[in-house]
Amino acid sequence: MSTTTTQIGAIARRAVTRTSRQPASIIPPLIFPVALMLVNAGGLRSSTQLPGFPTDSFLAFALAVPFIQGALFSTMNAGTDIARDVQTGFVNRLSLTELRDWALLTGQLAGIVVLGVVQVLFYIVVGLTAGVRFESGPAGIAVLLFYGAIVALAFGALGAWLAYRTGSGETIQALFPVLFVFLFISSMNTPRNLIGVQWFRIAATLNPVSYMIEAVRSLIITGWDWQALGLGFGFVIIIGVASLFLASRALRTRMTRT
Amino acid sequence: MANELAENGIEVRGLVREYKKGPRAVDGIDISVAPGEIYGFLGPNGAGKSTTVHVLTTLLPPTSGTALVAGYDVVKDGPKIRGLIGVALQEAALDPLLTARDHLRLQATLQSVPKQQRGPRAEELLHRVGLVDAADRKVAGYSGGMKRRLDLALALVHSPRILFLDEPTTGLDPQSRTDIWNEVALMRREAGVTVFLTTQYLEEADVLADRVGIIDNGKIVAEGTPAELKAEIGRPSVHAIPRSDDDRPKIVEFLAQFGEPLASTRDVAVRLREGLGLTDIVRAVDANGVDIADIELHAPTLDDVFLAKTGRTLEGAAEEAETVVPDKRRR
Repeated sequence: MSTTTTQIGAIARRAVTRTSRQPASIIPPLIFPVALMLVNAGGLRSSTQLPGFPTDSFLAFALAVPFIQGALFSTMNAGTDIARDVQTGFVNRLSLTELRDWALLTGQLAGIVVLGVVQVLFYIVVGLTAGVRFESGPAGIAVLLFYGAIVALAFGALGAWLAYRTGSGETIQALFPVLFVFLFISSMNTPRNLIGVQWFRIAATLNPVSYMIEAVRSLIITGWDWQALGLGFGFVIIIGVASLFLASRALRTRMTRT
Repeated sequence: MANELAENGIEVRGLVREYKKGPRAVDGIDISVAPGEIYGFLGPNGAGKSTTVHVLTTLLPPTSGTALVAGYDVVKDGPKIRGLIGVALQEAALDPLLTARDHLRLQATLQSVPKQQRGPRAEELLHRVGLVDAADRKVAGYSGGMKRRLDLALALVHSPRILFLDEPTTGLDPQSRTDIWNEVALMRREAGVTVFLTTQYLEEADVLADRVGIIDNGKIVAEGTPAELKAEIGRPSVHAIPRSDDDRPKIVEFLAQFGEPLASTRDVAVRLREGLGLTDIVRAVDANGVDIADIELHAPTLDDVFLAKTGRTLEGAAEEAETVVPDKRRR
């Protein structure tokens, strides 16, 4: 194993160790999205009676939401952790080692991806336990895990960018509700074609989060909808590339060294 | 000697570091640290000590001037320098959720210590800084002294040739301070490590440093061994406390033969003539049967040196600086 790979592994291991020692960073991203999904599934069950609703199980319809909601929680936690490293001077400690800046970012994101995949696995197990049938089968579940990994990577990079840019955990926590607005004005609770209020339908159509949810939803309730998957993966990749670019630039500025 | 200096020494010429909206934090300083030397960099808060350390450890580029660390230029050879130096910055930047052992393993990996050496090296350093019993406890529960000792151990993981310690004992209790001093002295003695130590404690510079540079407002105002610096200020004085006020005139007259009298209300004091020491006076006191309750030698301190060079005491300068210290985040 090369030195750089070993260093990336060490940084990723630290991210996972830190998170595993903070129950407050593990439990909310797992429990809250599932709890919200169960509440919605109970209250909005009658939505499945609407003509054109894509499934007769609202739980199967709603299961896509925790994937994105959990990733948002992870973004905030990852960003807050990285910002704390800036505030405490830990980034300076890392700057004084032979670690390259891109290796630091890769290691941190690798840790976030590991945790993201664990989260996705948990949601899948909850869905299967609750009787949700995954129309795309085991291959679809594998794609969901991969999708969960790149969503965690994209959103984690967003958190890292904010952390390196601002160096303030408080700022990241203050931005968290803004990210949640994107979730709530998406197609999280109703298919876009069934949203009755025009402005909301337009907002949901313009909102990339809608397509990210619909990609997951398609694997659960439709099977293999290549258009939905293409749009979902496409937006995640765009957000990921932009976030990675911004995060690496902010990190370079933060780790100014000769 | 030239090669050795290149390997382990520090050479700074005309170093300037300006912050965008602040004053010149470092204003044209020259420093030369020999291999295996402990160089004490003394000054109040905001004097430019930490900025100098940040430049020498490659965390900040200089505005102008040159700085060679282990023979490498801080501007051109940052990665090479980082591989050769150990650094404990002013804040012991530790992860409260990791244990001491976690920290040492992480640091060893990031400093490219070979895998098979990481575990033994961590154990060796834990023993060395007295953290074996606390090695698997999260750092969040450590005292300030324990954090500082761990910070020192982390700086030593890759056996650096040059060690930068930025105020390593600030805020520590006397016992923890002494532990750090002992460790620094041991490293120099056993491994020949060159140490660049910043401090605002006179005693620390006096006890540890072979040579001291005093910095104020970004400029070096005095440099030399502690003894040389103190000698520049003046000779030591002897203070005798009479057993009763009636004895005072006799003691004044007796001590006058050893040096020039100094004004003092509490005791009888004289500035000693060149070549005389306390033992000469004690012998004379005994021989002449002079009745004295107590007698003390007051050697000039580094604070006297600071006072002489800047017109302020170190403590007073620190208080002043607290109101004007620039934001070090600005680049």
